[in-house]
Amino acid sequence: MNVTTEVEDLLRSLAPQVLGVLVRRNGGFDTCEDAVQEALLAAAQQWPNDGIPANPTGWLITVAQRRLTEVWRSEAARRRREEAVFTAEVDDAEVPAEDDTLTLLTLCCHPSLTRVSQVALTLRAVGGLTTAEIARALLVPESTVGQRISRAKAKIKAAGARFAPPPAAERDERLAAVLAVLYLIFNEGHTTSSGSALNRVELTSEGIRLTRQLYQRMPEDGEVTGLLALMLLTDARRPARTLPDGTLVPLAEQDRRLWDRAAIAEGTELITRALQTATIGPYQLQAAIAAVHDEAERPEDTDWTQILGLYELLNAAAPGPMVTLNRIVAVAMVRGPSTALAELSRAESELAGHYRVDAVRAHLLELAGDPEAARVHYESAARRTLSLPEQRYLTAKAAPRPRRP
Amino acid sequence: MRYLILIHSNPRSRALWETLTDEQRMEFGRGYMQLTEELAASGELVVSQGLTDPALAKRVWVQDGETMSSDGPFAEVKEYLAGFYLVDCESEARALEWAAKAPDAQLGGPVEVRPILDMSTLDL
Repeated sequence: MNVTTEVEDLLRSLAPQVLGVLVRRNGGFDTCEDAVQEALLAAAQQWPNDGIPANPTGWLITVAQRRLTEVWRSEAARRRREEAVFTAEVDDAEVPAEDDTLTLLTLCCHPSLTRVSQVALTLRAVGGLTTAEIARALLVPESTVGQRISRAKAKIKAAGARFAPPPAAERDERLAAVLAVLYLIFNEGHTTSSGSALNRVELTSEGIRLTRQLYQRMPEDGEVTGLLALMLLTDARRPARTLPDGTLVPLAEQDRRLWDRAAIAEGTELITRALQTATIGPYQLQAAIAAVHDEAERPEDTDWTQILGLYELLNAAAPGPMVTLNRIVAVAMVRGPSTALAELSRAESELAGHYRVDAVRAHLLELAGDPEAARVHYESAARRTLSLPEQRYLTAKAAPRPRRP
Repeated sequence: MRYLILIHSNPRSRALWETLTDEQRMEFGRGYMQLTEELAASGELVVSQGLTDPALAKRVWVQDGETMSSDGPFAEVKEYLAGFYLVDCESEARALEWAAKAPDAQLGGPVEVRPILDMSTLDL
């Protein structure tokens, strides 16, 4: 690991602690967040040359506090507060007594914000990424990310949100929003990864890193554990999911020797423990399904009966079009494609033209031994998809072609 | 999700433009400036540009390894692209909401919203 990477990793892990100390001491999340961002930038420039200070947290707090003081000094109306700050000069040895990561996450995922703003603010305030890094990762201009962050902070202020753990009554709901944002960050990595973007933060890794931080704070929470397991078990297949030219490889055709065994082992252990000890929820069920897929050495070893059972539970806990469709695919593997096709027809109205209906129908027709009908549906599926790799895959399935050697 | 909002020009919209007063045309231009500002302020704008007249278009192709080009005007096209907004929104509904604010759409003109293909690789 080179010095710059080491410094960057350290800064990202310290960012939420530093911000937490500043906000608790001074109040005003928006100005503190700006000050911390500037301290992080200063450290990113100085530390690789000057070396990492003995107390990096103290260094960052001191620099951010100084920056905050400068901001206040320039605002004449706040002279009084400035004096108060001077009496609270930073002790270099100070280490945050409380852990603020969870409080920060719930603040960044405040219900008054849109999802895209929650994502941007979380990546900056908790993830310690710069606006430029977030912009590169999301493939949008820096000014766009800047707007999202400043609007988000203004909205949090206007909503009167405080830097404090959410009230007990709202706790579950707020944690659910945090998990949704973390999962979105992870999936955003899939959405934008073009394989060509070197020197850019991988959002999948960032999603895993932030979820791991949260898990370390609340290892007893089943859904937090489930989400971390789900990410690890899904990401483990990444090396086998695409060919070097970007072609999508479906699960059944992946070279399973390429799967990340360490990630699978960790994810499986997490989900096994969660299912034994915690209240079961949607992320745990999805992780359990991923674990069943990942433990099969060959596609034909897959325990589809167990997967179908898990989809039944998921369908009861968190129904949705993707769950309905995936359950039907599992039905085909357990009870045969014609039963599944009949179920798909019955579910048609509730699926209301979901873009994957055609892809699933084509797959079932293929399993049922009707390649001609399958081709027609692969064609329309290719026209309806929003994903370029999926479009390539479906187009190839629709085209009459010699079988792969 | 990203969407491309395409502002087209067609005979009907051009005929309508002819009937507008100077003040109405100014209002139309201000409408676009305001839309761009609002989109930028919301953090949903990726990029936006208006296009010059199709008379200035050139065609490019490669033949035997040599790049060729030709000047317009080309055979009269009735409908052509006049400008675009690339937006990054939460939902299609939101993109349609922005598209409806385009002055062309307000006048009943042809505005199109197309989702952008992404690189997502959901396991099949």
